[in-house]
Amino acid sequence: MSTLEVRDVAVAFDGVEVLDGVSLAMASGEIAAVLGPSGSGKSTLLRVIAGIVRPRSGSVRIDDRDVTDVPTHQRRVGMVFQDNQLFPHRSVADNVAFGLKMTGVERAQRRRRADDWLERVGLAGFGDRSVDGLSGGEAKRVALARTLAAVPAVVLLDEPLTGLDRELHDRLAVDLAHILRSAGTTAVLVTHDRDEAAAVADRTVELADLQHPS
Amino acid sequence: MDRAGARVNRLPRWFVAALTVGPATGLAVFFLWPFVTLLAEALSGEAISATLGRDATWDVVWFTTWQAVVSTVSTVLIAMAPAYVVARFDFRTRRLLVGLLTAVFVLPTVVMGAAILALLPESLDRTVFAIVAAHVVFNLAVVVRLVGAMWEHLPTDMEAAAATLGASRWQVFTQISLPLIRPSVIAAATVVFLFSFTSFGVIRVVGATGTRTVEVEIWRRATQLGDIGGAAVLTVLQLLVLGAGLAWSTTAQRRHSRALGLTLRSPLRRPTGRGERRLVTGVVAATFAVAGAPLVALVVRSFSTPTGWSATAWTDLGRTEIRPGIRVGVDPWNAIANSLVNAVWATLFAVVVGGLATLAIAAAGRAGRVLDAGLMLPLGTSAVTIGFGMLITFDAPPVDWRASWWLVPVGHALIAVPFVVRATLGVLRSVAPDLTTAAATLGAPPVRAWRETVVPYLWRPLAAGAGLAAAISLGEFGATSFLSRSGGETMPIAIERLLGRTGSLLQAQGFALATMLAVTTIVAVAVTDRLQAGGPSAGRDRGSS
Repeated sequence: MSTLEVRDVAVAFDGVEVLDGVSLAMASGEIAAVLGPSGSGKSTLLRVIAGIVRPRSGSVRIDDRDVTDVPTHQRRVGMVFQDNQLFPHRSVADNVAFGLKMTGVERAQRRRRADDWLERVGLAGFGDRSVDGLSGGEAKRVALARTLAAVPAVVLLDEPLTGLDRELHDRLAVDLAHILRSAGTTAVLVTHDRDEAAAVADRTVELADLQHPS
Repeated sequence: MDRAGARVNRLPRWFVAALTVGPATGLAVFFLWPFVTLLAEALSGEAISATLGRDATWDVVWFTTWQAVVSTVSTVLIAMAPAYVVARFDFRTRRLLVGLLTAVFVLPTVVMGAAILALLPESLDRTVFAIVAAHVVFNLAVVVRLVGAMWEHLPTDMEAAAATLGASRWQVFTQISLPLIRPSVIAAATVVFLFSFTSFGVIRVVGATGTRTVEVEIWRRATQLGDIGGAAVLTVLQLLVLGAGLAWSTTAQRRHSRALGLTLRSPLRRPTGRGERRLVTGVVAATFAVAGAPLVALVVRSFSTPTGWSATAWTDLGRTEIRPGIRVGVDPWNAIANSLVNAVWATLFAVVVGGLATLAIAAAGRAGRVLDAGLMLPLGTSAVTIGFGMLITFDAPPVDWRASWWLVPVGHALIAVPFVVRATLGVLRSVAPDLTTAAATLGAPPVRAWRETVVPYLWRPLAAGAGLAAAISLGEFGATSFLSRSGGETMPIAIERLLGRTGSLLQAQGFALATMLAVTTIVAVAVTDRLQAGGPSAGRDRGSS
């Protein structure tokens, strides 16, 4: 359980302002949804928090520690990418266990924890499958399990339910809310879908409202 | 498109046959026949047991193999960092860097050897280290381009995903990127291995007298010792090794290839943060140094004489007397003239044959594919094999052509034709069939329609092919070593001879000739590149995106 604070973050790509003075404070264990139309910089905000994109100015603090200059792999920030980014050369279980492998957890225990997580996301017995054959919903669940298994301080979700068909979308929204709550993790979700935000998050904010009044 | 309509509007059979006959005959006479002669030579008599029973043979095979393995591993390891930087980052000198690597790659082998001799201190000249260094610098472009091209298609987000799971930059590389780009690494390693294994020009220039790869041994046995049978056996032995290598590589690539399912290139980005900027700057600077230093050394050494800096080597290029009255038997001016004449004819042959062949391949369906594959064969055979085969085939009447002025250019053209075909065929195939059909609807009979709609598109790629053919001919060393006669030395032959002598003026002249050849080759290939790209602005490397 960790707090997250984004302060006055500004990002420009090739001279074009993408984010201009965005601030966001999150309590420990809180789930917030950031709403905005596509292209508004929501995804960039997550990337700044994860350390994938470096802000031109501003800072990111996790548990009151400034992590703006800390490389991604040392931030303990997990991210579920919009297109999942599962590793195609690894099995489902190896994908889920990847974070544990990076922290040096030994093989048998890695496998046990991966199987645990697969069960929690409703994919018990999927461990030895290839990620190639997964359906859209299954792949999303694997991506979620992979992120949570690494025990991150903060979880970031980039349009986690976009592109799934309606029925699956609604079912997964409920599951997602449940899984995130039971993990007790602080999470930021970005989406353009107000209903989805309401279904998953404790609090919904518009990206435009987070920007510095200019 | 209407199939029946296409059939009716097809070019007449006699016409396609007429196009095919020239290239096919040339291929049969100058490649297939010598090749069969060579095989027959190798498989007849005691040459097999005599050659395979000799320890020296296995020493040569062993040396060839291990130097090729060391060269390949070194090249791949060294080129991985620039491949990453070029695939991922946008920086000011990006195009220049890729251009330099390509320029180095197209250098004639003899020039590469000369550049390494020029760069390394005398204590390292003529050592295996020099050979490996030459192979590494030469082939950096192979790895950077092949591996870089695949790396670009690996989403940056996949690497970012690994980082969010706690993987450091190095772990991301070993756990995610490397396994996913492995097919391209294997492909690049195979190419580098093939080049290093069949290395001839580099070894002849850089290696010590006793240093022999299989290719050098073939040349020595055939031309110095008169052991034609032994040389032929070695040629076949080499073909077997190369065939095995290619077969392994193909299976390995297939086994490791995983559909990344990505057609988009990940966008390049500027390095951000101090660590990343340092990484990119360091790798770029080191790559420039490794690839550029030999070229700079080449030019510098052409101006260095025992009495200090001077342009003597350039101004007195024709004066090759060691002492008054004693000549070295190499005349640089004569070599330049020979090279130019050879290049003109080789280019002409290659363009005419290649152009006809392309038209035939495009028009002839299945027979065209056979011709296409056949014309590619000389690419898979080493130049030494081609020259050697021609030497032992055309040596008795009625085909005693050894003294004919055109034999060397024909050998060069054989090597250049595949490049002309590749440059042209793609353009030809992309001419919309509708265009020809449209001409037909306007009343043009098939041959006329074809001439009006297809032929006009050929000039540009043919010009590009001509540039490549000229560059290949000017730098060709392997086949020429067998086919050129005394007095007919080309520039690469003269360079090898001059650098093999002691005496710093001769060395400087060798470096001057090599510089000339380097500049000519690079200019020819650059011009070709522009022609193929369709204009100066549309380079094949994308800029920032």
